[in-house]
Amino acid sequence: MKAFADVFDRLDASTSTDAKHAALVAYFREVEAADGAWALAVFCGRSIKRAASSTQMKRWAAEVSGLPAWLIDECHGQVGDLGETLSLIVPDAAADAGRQETPGLAAIFSEFLTPMTRADEAGKRAMLVGLWARLDQRERFVLHKLISTTFRVGVSRGLAVRAMATVSGVDQARMDHALSGQWPITSEYFQSLRILGKAGVRGDAGEAAAGGEPPSLQPYPFFLAQQLPDEVDRPDLLEEQLGPRSRWQVEWKWDGLRGQIVRRDRAAVWSRGGELLSRQFPELIDAAEGLPTGTVLDGEVLAFEGGRPLDFSHLQTRIARVQPTGLLFVDVPVVFMAYDLLEIEGRDVRGEALSTRRAMLEGLVAGLGHPLVRTSEVLGASSWAEVEAARGTSRARGVEGVMLKRVDSEYGAGRVKLGPVDAKALGAWWKWKIDPFVIDCVLVSAQRGSGRRASLYTDYTFALWSGPQRGEGELVPFAKAYHGKGMTDEVFVKIDQFIRGHTIGRIGGAGIRLVEPRLVFELAFEGVQASARHRSGLAVRFPRVNRWRTDKHASEADTLGTLRALVRS
Amino acid sequence: MICALAVRGYGVVGRGGPYCPNMGVAATGRPDLVITTPAGLYCPAGGFHIDPWAKVEMAVTTHAHTDHARPGSTRYLTSQTGKIVLASRFGPQFAQAGHIDGWAYGRRERVGDVYVSLHPAGHVLGSAQVRIEHAATGETWVISGDYKTEDDGISEAFVPVRCHVFVTESTFGLPIYRWKPQGQVFAEINAWWRSNAASGRLSMIACYALGKAQRLLSGLDASIGPIVLHGALRSCTEAYRAAGVSLPATGHATQETARASGGRAIILAPPSAVRSAWAYKLPRPGGEMELAMASGWMSVRGTRRRRALDKGFALSDHADWPGLLGAIEATGAERIGVTHGAVETLVRYLRECKGREAFGIATQFVGEGGGDEAEQPADDATNASEGAGEGASQGASEGANA
Ligand SMILES: [Zn+2]
Ligand SMILES: [Zn+2]
Repeated sequence: MKAFADVFDRLDASTSTDAKHAALVAYFREVEAADGAWALAVFCGRSIKRAASSTQMKRWAAEVSGLPAWLIDECHGQVGDLGETLSLIVPDAAADAGRQETPGLAAIFSEFLTPMTRADEAGKRAMLVGLWARLDQRERFVLHKLISTTFRVGVSRGLAVRAMATVSGVDQARMDHALSGQWPITSEYFQSLRILGKAGVRGDAGEAAAGGEPPSLQPYPFFLAQQLPDEVDRPDLLEEQLGPRSRWQVEWKWDGLRGQIVRRDRAAVWSRGGELLSRQFPELIDAAEGLPTGTVLDGEVLAFEGGRPLDFSHLQTRIARVQPTGLLFVDVPVVFMAYDLLEIEGRDVRGEALSTRRAMLEGLVAGLGHPLVRTSEVLGASSWAEVEAARGTSRARGVEGVMLKRVDSEYGAGRVKLGPVDAKALGAWWKWKIDPFVIDCVLVSAQRGSGRRASLYTDYTFALWSGPQRGEGELVPFAKAYHGKGMTDEVFVKIDQFIRGHTIGRIGGAGIRLVEPRLVFELAFEGVQASARHRSGLAVRFPRVNRWRTDKHASEADTLGTLRALVRS
Repeated sequence: MICALAVRGYGVVGRGGPYCPNMGVAATGRPDLVITTPAGLYCPAGGFHIDPWAKVEMAVTTHAHTDHARPGSTRYLTSQTGKIVLASRFGPQFAQAGHIDGWAYGRRERVGDVYVSLHPAGHVLGSAQVRIEHAATGETWVISGDYKTEDDGISEAFVPVRCHVFVTESTFGLPIYRWKPQGQVFAEINAWWRSNAASGRLSMIACYALGKAQRLLSGLDASIGPIVLHGALRSCTEAYRAAGVSLPATGHATQETARASGGRAIILAPPSAVRSAWAYKLPRPGGEMELAMASGWMSVRGTRRRRALDKGFALSDHADWPGLLGAIEATGAERIGVTHGAVETLVRYLRECKGREAFGIATQFVGEGGGDEAEQPADDATNASEGAGEGASQGASEGANA
């Protein structure tokens, strides 16, 4: 908050556009990405729901300052601005209290202002009063400006766009485009904007990231599939919604790292996030060198051994480190599972039908004849029912389900927003994932969140019973999760209240609260494997909260044994 | 009878205007030790005025700001160091001729039917509270003059004095005024100066000639660059040095010194000068000059903005709200007279929220061009329409001390 208050001061004191521009540029360059995202949202005039009314704020300020209302009115008369007046009269934190770290702008929104919009009056008051005591007067003033939805600092959206364009080194029109509409107020998005001009990526800003490769090696924006809605999750409904099976190409949904192999004057491997992975996977570069110049493949980097994919965690160990070039063998072997062709002989073929691209892809890969570059299998299943049956074998095959791609689809850009299902839309790609594993577990500790959705106590740790039967032994933590389809804002607030009221201990500086083991949640996850690093001896993949089992008592939660039985042999 | 005059229209009270002969009558039924007269506060039993605004026989002077010390009276009584400052204003011959008595703090002398003594007020060098004790009844009044409770290191630090009636100033008598410790403010000022100097831009800081300028000097980090003064600040600064206050070396603010510093200098100037022809003629090595002001009023954003300052530092020689309340408490006074500022507000607060017997005393201090912070800085003419606030419309001029 201090950095934001500083830039506010500089903007406030200046009438020169150049000085404001310079102040914004300096701020956007230095700021923590999460805070920068919110600052940018504020400057762009994104509307934010009001956290408290001025009447409420005035009342609470009177209460904590012990000043009568008439005196606050007199102060208001002298100052001319209520938010400033209140910032001046509420007590400062005791000087000897050792002022806590001032929350950053993102934390101000995610931990205070956003939760306040859905809290009751007492909750709002507690949060605001607590925040007052952590800020100095100048920061409180800026806070009140943020709350009063009429935030004006003499910065127009245009000025903010211009400053961001300068920071990232792109032209204003491009930045303006990236900042139009409801762009995500996240550190990732802000960071991607900040390096937009440095990224070797043609895709939308959200996908872009640093590269450092010459333009000649730039990949294309990735085309993303949509999650198949639950409502169509049956063969008859698929027939009805998507039409005949024959119009669709069905593939396995691989559990790897989406990437493009670009082979032009040299070869490169790019991740969907715009990261250059050539140094992590030199053997793929070697393989790709054999492709004709002017080729771009879309596919998946997979840890692969004995004809089947390895668990994703193996791949992670490869991503995490740079491989020496010319190495003879690697501990985790990988392949590139190609499923689309975007460029051939230097020609952009994204506008061609999938069936055409597929045919060319198969020809290319066959011509290359390299064991590390494969084409993703196209399933022969001749009806939607057979597709469903094939999907049922996913887990045993080490894949995540199936992909449905219209045979006449173009290779689009980004994620095409569609209604629930719109089969007529060109380029529709769907992922029909296998149902996740679920398990009932007990909430045992919680931590304040961070980021967009995270607010209140929203990072949870869950535990399972160690005994042979439910309710026996002790509760052993095994997974952390902080979101999921079952977690509405309302549920978050309720759980937060429970946590505050049922804290039985705290852990150190991490701000972790141990809570009474009473609440049961259904946790969904994609896989589980043995792990020496976890106390439970097990690690689950992509855990998320499916729903709050208000119908269950903690003693009815599952055991570690149940989870262990799911480990793939 | 409580006499709480309307204070909003300061100008109507004073010379020829209505005044209250008795500020109040104590429970004992005795007449007040100090009353208001057309010439200002007067002690009938002692036969002297306190900070009179007209020419009188004997003026007990709390400090040398022009709204408290006006020339033309026959004799003045002030503190020892106050005499040095006052003499620099009135001319040394005036002091040598014996017109000004300088008493050590705490020296107690009978004057008519009262004992008089002076006690440090912490406002500026030599500033004093006036203690008046009736020789027969022992009733004691203390007239605070201007004061601040934080020890600034160069003025004699404020000491609370027990009394029956305490007459307090109330310049910053609103809870919005709470000062940061001066060390923190000096750090901010030095950081501002340092960053300007680094980019080769001159720094100019507006400050009142007596008190504020010297206090700034005591807090500036002279290693950053040369410190140069506008002519109006020199005599007061020399008076401080003459009184033994050690201050960093200063030069004269001229076109030559400004240019020679390569933009590293800081210029101290009275508020009236910072937008004068003198200021506009100064060279601007770094393109622009950075302009700030040091005053308690700077704690409110509107005041900063209306003056189009690059920076405002809330540094005051008056007590802030907690300082006022603390000082009042420390005197143990049964009755509180409130003057010089937010009179109505503080009186009402003391009565309603503290259950104290409080009354207002009209003053003429404001509006006469005092060169003291008591006045809110006037808006620049170009921005005057924005300054619709009460304080801003008092029309206070801000001339430098003579
Ligand atoms: Zn004064
Ligand atoms: Zn004064």
